[in-house]
Amino acid sequence: MMEVNEKIAIEHGLKSNEYKKICKLLKRTPNITELGIFSAMWNEHCSYKSSRIHLKKLHTKGKKVIQGPGENAGVIDIEDGDAIVFKIESHNHPSFIEPYQGAATGVGGIMRDVFTMGARPIANLNSIHFGSTQNKNTKNLLRGVVHGIGGYGNCMGIPTIAGQTSFDRSYNGNILVNAMTLGLVKKDKIFYSKAAGLNKPVIYVGSKTGRDGIHGASMASASFDEKIEEKKPTVQVGDPFTEKLLLEACLELMSGDSIIAIQDMGAAGLTSSSIEMASKGNLGIEINLNKVPCRETKMTPYEIMLSESQERMLIVLESGKEEIAKKIFDKWNLDFAVIGKTTNTKNIELFFDNKQVANIPVNTLVENSPMYDRKWKKSKLPKKNKINKTIFKSLKIKDTLKKILSSPNVCSKEWIWQQYDHTVMGDTIQKPGGDSGVVRVHKTDKAIAATVDSSATYCWAHPLTGGKQVVCETWRNLISVGAKPIAVTNCLNFGSPEKEENMGEFVECVQGISEACKYLDYPVVSGNVSFYNETKDIGIKPTPTIGGVGLIKDYKKMITMDFKEIDNIILVIGKTEGHIDQSLLSRIILNENNGPPPEVNLFNEKNNGLTLLNLIEKNFIKSAHDVSLGGIITAISKMCIKGDKGIQIKKPKFLINEIEYFFAEDQGRYLIEINPKDLKEVSKILDKNSVHYDEIGKIIDKEMIIDQKTKLTIDELKSYNTNWLKSYMV
Amino acid sequence: MKSSVITFPGSNCDRDMDVALTKFGFKNKMVWHNDQELPKSDLIVLPGGFSYGDYLRCGSMASKSKIMNSVINFAKSGGLVMGICNGFQILVEAGLVPGVLLRNKYLQFICKNVHVKIDNKENTFFKNLDKKVLEFHIAHNEGNYFCTNDQLKEIEDNNQIAIYYCDQNGNTNDQINPNGSIKNIAGILNKEKNVLGMMPHPERMIDESLSGEDGSIFFKNLLNNIK
Repeated sequence: MMEVNEKIAIEHGLKSNEYKKICKLLKRTPNITELGIFSAMWNEHCSYKSSRIHLKKLHTKGKKVIQGPGENAGVIDIEDGDAIVFKIESHNHPSFIEPYQGAATGVGGIMRDVFTMGARPIANLNSIHFGSTQNKNTKNLLRGVVHGIGGYGNCMGIPTIAGQTSFDRSYNGNILVNAMTLGLVKKDKIFYSKAAGLNKPVIYVGSKTGRDGIHGASMASASFDEKIEEKKPTVQVGDPFTEKLLLEACLELMSGDSIIAIQDMGAAGLTSSSIEMASKGNLGIEINLNKVPCRETKMTPYEIMLSESQERMLIVLESGKEEIAKKIFDKWNLDFAVIGKTTNTKNIELFFDNKQVANIPVNTLVENSPMYDRKWKKSKLPKKNKINKTIFKSLKIKDTLKKILSSPNVCSKEWIWQQYDHTVMGDTIQKPGGDSGVVRVHKTDKAIAATVDSSATYCWAHPLTGGKQVVCETWRNLISVGAKPIAVTNCLNFGSPEKEENMGEFVECVQGISEACKYLDYPVVSGNVSFYNETKDIGIKPTPTIGGVGLIKDYKKMITMDFKEIDNIILVIGKTEGHIDQSLLSRIILNENNGPPPEVNLFNEKNNGLTLLNLIEKNFIKSAHDVSLGGIITAISKMCIKGDKGIQIKKPKFLINEIEYFFAEDQGRYLIEINPKDLKEVSKILDKNSVHYDEIGKIIDKEMIIDQKTKLTIDELKSYNTNWLKSYMV
Repeated sequence: MKSSVITFPGSNCDRDMDVALTKFGFKNKMVWHNDQELPKSDLIVLPGGFSYGDYLRCGSMASKSKIMNSVINFAKSGGLVMGICNGFQILVEAGLVPGVLLRNKYLQFICKNVHVKIDNKENTFFKNLDKKVLEFHIAHNEGNYFCTNDQLKEIEDNNQIAIYYCDQNGNTNDQINPNGSIKNIAGILNKEKNVLGMMPHPERMIDESLSGEDGSIFFKNLLNNIK
């Protein structure tokens, strides 16, 4: 076996001081297998060494939280003994190298995190971000990622109910693929990863272990053996069919009482799964690596421990339950092997060919892993742009609206979501394209709404405000479908934490997220961090992605955004001040990138949202939609398109001009449709709660008429909105 | 009436079909692919999904399952068999209905509502239906029906085409063909008309809160026809 030294440690991605710390903790030099294990556990992805200190500040507690961050996924209470397990995760780097497999295994990995906890997945979502539409790679990456997400999710038979797609130059060299899954479980049947009890059998189930995705494989070939041709590419390859079998087999075993702890083998494979279970149970674990089912011959302990082959699980069983478990996995044609046991040594001990090949105290890998308080730079709120009012006068609403509706970040994403099975499982009651996806809780009157969002431009302009804004945006998306927001999961995509600017963006976005979550009583229950999204020194815009989940107690009260009935009245909830900086109008019409993002007023957000929920509960609301990118007129256009109905608009008399009024991106706003006979009662409730509102128009047939001057047919609006992506992808 | 839904490894619409059949009054049983014998049934359903991951040709592995011998015998003795989506692909691979299912014309998975025209009511699945056009839902990657010219002539002569993709008024043309199927074929019967294979999923259209309710019409009618 080769000698380990500092140079090899550095090739494993460890820093010189980290290697010294390992030697000090072990009181000796690690062997190569041990070094591999340390490098896998101490890397940024597994150890959260740059982010841990800040993640502690997130708001994670609440009455509905059953399990917060720290487990495979978060769990919330949705009453009647039911719970929802959910999490979002990034698969950015592999998706750029190999878009199909990268995205597919991202989806596979997050579903495993959810069913590891005993929950049957009931919905998938995703947030995907690509470079400029002019960039030569964008089309292929988009096509590959969408195929990959569909390829995995469709085969698993889990509906993909919502998502977000954006294009921005800053993703030219680093696309983002964030996948989210929700699962349903009975509150008393949740499984955790904490091992307990001595001499309990440790079971390996699922696919065989291969050489795919081995950590550090880029340098490992030359350093560790000369047979380079034996090494497979480092991106994992997904097998959704095996995962479907694994899902069914695990849920079948979970219906009994055989399992003490269970953990999926995700990043760092067998290494992190075994160590996490031992660490949480304050136990040791002993594994005979000759027992691990391998796909390839002559795999070394190093390779077995660091393989990231997909569709595998590690289980600590009750003693004597091996036969029951084996029978289930045999039925589903999956590998099953007893590979070790729990011990009282508090060490991880690995054996191979009757020799001990690693012996490391578990706490050195987990509690003693590095934690950094990196330097970070605070961002100032940019000064407001002084836009010459004559520019607004020169803009025509119709032309401007056309450009906005057909712009890549606003246009209909039907080309994407039609490739995802969004109706399998027979409970999808709101499909992609709405404010949130909604699925019924099978065989009940309840429904779960879920949404995923991010606003990189706002976060880039001012991270603190941007962080708050993303949380509020998901909150509004849930309210708009009539769901009471419960909790969120976050996926924090940033550049290198070793740069003060990027670290500052991270710290302040996290602070913004935390403030908003706390104020809205909307805690973070799970998430992940993805740093180093940069190529040739150019990083992405800060992109925290938030996945929000809410409950609709009676699914028949769900709201959709399509206009329902002619002569109904449309109100704008929330105040329109005319904030143009960082808006779509500013960026794509005025070509202006400076200025602050719209201000987030948490009091108004909460008050407006809860008041609207109250109106929905009282059956006053016929349709609703939150106002976001592109302002009021963009939101109205989408309601017209969906409902195939028109609107006669009369701009309320404000000091701001009509372009500012219609395209401003002030926060905390919604559009609602009500019956004229309810106007008095609705106004009373809004006034009583001090919610600002404006009456903006009434629904008519097939035409949008603005102040009797501007006229557009619904077919025109439709063609602006639906054609762009389809023709781009041809 | 008794029905059985077969679960193959990778089936994922088996539960949905069970829910639908049960909702409309069938006494349904789930049958494992490795079983040898079928429970006594008036209707056998091969559900949608990705049996064996669709890694070989769609449906080909499942068509060789242990239970398929019994399904084939059941069909040959005149029993009613219905294959939906991947179930249709299995029927084709088992030789119970003619033709093959190719990859969709635009090489993409497609999930959306479609209309189908019912042209043929001389069979237990569609007879007595009042409506000529139903709104169903499709979700597939390989639904592009193809057969040779001789086969096409034969199935047309035998009146074996069950349903066609069409617009809401019942017009069949290339523009509304979602996957490139020959003649807009969405579903096909065997010669004896007791085996139906179709790509659309009626089980996803059984509730006003879902994509639509025309699946309910189909199942209610089917139950009445079997009674």
